[in-house]
Amino acid sequence: MQIYLPIAEVSVNAFLLLGLGGIVGMLSGMFGVGGGFLMTPLLFFIGIPPAVAVATEANQIVASSFSGVLAHLKRKTVDLRMGTVLLIGGLIGAALGVQLFNHLKSLGQVDLLVKLCYVVFLGIIGGLMFIESLNAIRRSKKPGAKVIRKKHNWVHNLPFKMKFRTSGLYISVIPPLVVGVLVGVLAAIMGVGGGFIMVPAMIYLLGMPTKVVIGTSLFQIIFVTAFTTLLHATTNFTVDMPLAVLLLVGGVVGAQIGAQIGTKLKAEQLRILLAMMVLAVCGKLALDLLLMPSELYSIGPAGHG
Amino acid sequence: MIRVLIMMLCLSALPAQGEEVVAGMNQNRIAITANFDGSEILIFGAVKREEPIPSADALGVIITVAGPSRPIAVRRKEKRLGIWVNVDSVEVDSAPSFYAIATSAPMPEVLADIEDLRHKISIPRAIRSVGAPMHVKDSASFTDALIRIRIKNKLYQLLEGQVELSEETLFNTSIALPSNLTEGDYKARILLTRSGRVVDIYETEIGVHKVGLERWIYALAHERPLVYGLFSLFIAIAAGWTASAIFRYFRA
Repeated sequence: MQIYLPIAEVSVNAFLLLGLGGIVGMLSGMFGVGGGFLMTPLLFFIGIPPAVAVATEANQIVASSFSGVLAHLKRKTVDLRMGTVLLIGGLIGAALGVQLFNHLKSLGQVDLLVKLCYVVFLGIIGGLMFIESLNAIRRSKKPGAKVIRKKHNWVHNLPFKMKFRTSGLYISVIPPLVVGVLVGVLAAIMGVGGGFIMVPAMIYLLGMPTKVVIGTSLFQIIFVTAFTTLLHATTNFTVDMPLAVLLLVGGVVGAQIGAQIGTKLKAEQLRILLAMMVLAVCGKLALDLLLMPSELYSIGPAGHG
Repeated sequence: MIRVLIMMLCLSALPAQGEEVVAGMNQNRIAITANFDGSEILIFGAVKREEPIPSADALGVIITVAGPSRPIAVRRKEKRLGIWVNVDSVEVDSAPSFYAIATSAPMPEVLADIEDLRHKISIPRAIRSVGAPMHVKDSASFTDALIRIRIKNKLYQLLEGQVELSEETLFNTSIALPSNLTEGDYKARILLTRSGRVVDIYETEIGVHKVGLERWIYALAHERPLVYGLFSLFIAIAAGWTASAIFRYFRA
């Protein structure tokens, strides 16, 4: 069944969109990532204009994270205080990010920089997570070996300390704010929730317990992507409502299934799976940049640059 | 049939006025609805003449359909520091978003080059490119690329010999419009040629517009973007919450 998308101005198969939403939604539920880093490139591949894909994906992430966050709130695995601090940073970052996105679009370099961002971030984070989870699995297989967790790093020497009871932390608000800003920028220019940055940052930088990480990141993602959606809708007119609804109907169902699977798997297994997926997407995007494209020319609206 | 013959006889009795095109279409407005996946327009007509068919020169019919023109930028990638980056770009001042050209015989037979220049009929002529930046030496390859990409996407079509011409009088053709159409007024031209010279032109318009829900969403998004943005969020969250509620209900 073909459906014409009024903002993207292309006709696509409705079941394809539902299916894409479902698969990505499942990953979202399992890992607590928005899934945007997979969905946005997939939308490029099926012919959705990049600007529309990024903005619409932000809208879809809001909805798919909403059901996830409800599930986590019920299980009390959301650190609301930490979430709010991350959120304040996120809103600032999103505002900056949309400015940057619009500037790059007028220069005709938005595709390149978005892809470069993907390759760099996904490469570093996927690699780190992969090594770390491999080590964790090796340690857990050796009985008697202790899990060493650094309790005091430089993060604990910064001012403006605050108590985060749910996470059992007493740390400065500066690192979570900075993480929030970074995630906000990424949300705006890459069409991602930023979970793939935030989850590792929360675990390794802030030292939050793994069980509250997913719920808290979803909480922050919801508000930041909602803000990003509004910014894109008012400055670029690129939010495609029917596209978002189709993606999320598939996505919500997928997210529920994913959350179920997630509770059955061990944290190390989850992390190594996520790391492998991150590296796969990174590799694909890197190949696109490194190999000679079959069509060297591209058409875009005349810019001012 | 007899009436038509009588009419034709009457017409031929009138003083000679050359040949004229009379044409129609099966639809002169195209509605882009939610399940729009392309459309086909049939263009048909006849050659009206008040004298016997001139036998010396070959008759040709050319039909063009052009979408609204917009300035666009064509960019070319080059390898820089190991990766492929957009480097040079050429602005094309005006290129139709859609352009189809159907002819009754191969192009060189139905259209002289000078007439093409005058009426801007062939695809390269329909595109207007004033000039490339100084450092771009092969600007022609950019317009070639534009045509190549749009032909691949079926946005530009060259349908040589696709106009069916019978008895040098009746003609018809069909032009397929792809699903990724740009809204606007599409200009259809029917040109009659004799030995490549244009003897008559008939022009008409086809309105391509979104209707219903598509129209409403598009208008809201552009006229009241903040309301639209909030509404999108509301719809998304409501749909998300409903779907998860249904899922829980089935599991319980």
